[in-house]
Amino acid sequence: MEIVSAISLWFIPVMIAFILIYGTYRKVPTYESFVEGGKEGIKMAVSIIPFLVGMMVAIAVFRASGALDLMVDFLRPGLAKVGIPAEIVPLALIRPISGTAALGITSDLISVYGPDSFIGTLAATLQGSTDTTFYVLTVYFGAVGIKKMGDALKVGLLADAVAIITAVVVVTFMFG
Amino acid sequence: MVNYIWVVMTLIGLGFAMVNGTMAEVNEAVFNGAKEAVTLCIGLISILVFWLGMMRIAEDSGLLVKLSKLFKPLVSRLFPEVPSNHPAMGYILSNMIANMFGLGNAATPLGIKAMEELKELNDGKKEASRSMITFLAINTASITLIPTTVIAIRMNYDSANPTDIVGPTLVATAVSAVAAIFIDRYFYYRRSKKG
Repeated sequence: MEIVSAISLWFIPVMIAFILIYGTYRKVPTYESFVEGGKEGIKMAVSIIPFLVGMMVAIAVFRASGALDLMVDFLRPGLAKVGIPAEIVPLALIRPISGTAALGITSDLISVYGPDSFIGTLAATLQGSTDTTFYVLTVYFGAVGIKKMGDALKVGLLADAVAIITAVVVVTFMFG
Repeated sequence: MVNYIWVVMTLIGLGFAMVNGTMAEVNEAVFNGAKEAVTLCIGLISILVFWLGMMRIAEDSGLLVKLSKLFKPLVSRLFPEVPSNHPAMGYILSNMIANMFGLGNAATPLGIKAMEELKELNDGKKEASRSMITFLAINTASITLIPTTVIAIRMNYDSANPTDIVGPTLVATAVSAVAAIFIDRYFYYRRSKKG
C-alpha cells in the first residue's frame, strides 16, 4: 500500500520534470508550447459548463426530492452483502452512457460525502478508470459507418462491469 | 439514451417532490445545482490549463511519438490482424497514448482515424472486425495514468491530498484493461468456434 501512495505522490512531479527536461533537450520553445496548449484547457473547461449544469441540476433535484434516498435505501440491503455502497449505483449506471453526465454525478458525490470519504474516493476512482462505452461505440463506429457491431457492445459493457468491481475492490482494500 | 435518463431523472425528482412535500428543497436544488456546476468548471480551468500546456510540450518534443514506439511491440500482439507497419497501428498507438495522459479530446480524432484504417483492412465491410472490437474494448477500459479532471474536482472540494487518487486509479485501470483484453479474447474464440 505504501508503494501505491508513494507513486501517487511522486508520479506527477517526476513527469513534469521529465517533460521539461526532454522538451529543453529537443530544443522545443517550452514556455510558448505550454501557453499554446494551455489555451485549449480554457476552452475545454468552458465547453463542459452546459453539460455539467444540466446533469448536476437533474441529480440535485433527484436528490433533494428524496427520490434518490428511496432508491438507495431500496438497493442497499442487497448490495451491502457484496460490499458495494448503494450510493455509487447511479454513477455506475451512467458511466458507460455519458462521460460528462458521470462527471456531474461524481462531483455531486464528492461534494456531498467529501473528497476523502470512502464514497468520494470510490466515485473518483470509478470516474478515472473507465471510459464511456456508448460514446466510443457510437462516435467511432458511427464515424466510419459500421452498422453491425458484433460483440462490441457486450465486450464493452462487460469490461465496464469488471472495471466497476475492480474499483470497489481496490478502494475498499486501500481506504476501507 | 442520455436524453431519456436526464428527463426521467428530473421528472421523477419533480413528481416525487409533489407527493413528498419537498418542493422547497427542489426549488433550492435547481439553483444550487446550476451554481455548483459553474463553480466547478471554473475551478477545473487551473489544472486543465496546466496539464494541457505540459502535454503540448510533450507533443512538440516528440515524446508522445517516442512513447508510442515503445509500446508498439506489446500492442501489435493485441492486434494480430493488423500488419505492424500499417498506418492503423500508428493511429491505435497514438490514440492509446493520448488516452493514457487524459487527452480525451485529442484521442477521439485519432481513434476515428484508426477505425477508418481498420475498416479498410476489413475490405470496407460494414460489420465490426475482430481488431475493431479489441480496439473498442481497450478504449472502454481506458488505461489512465493521470486522471486530471478527477484530481481537479478533489482539489475544488478541499481534499487533504488530491493526488492520492492516482495510485488507486492506476491499479484499477490496469486490472480492468487486462480484464477487457481477456473478455475480448474470450468472445473472439467463442465466435471462431461457431465458425
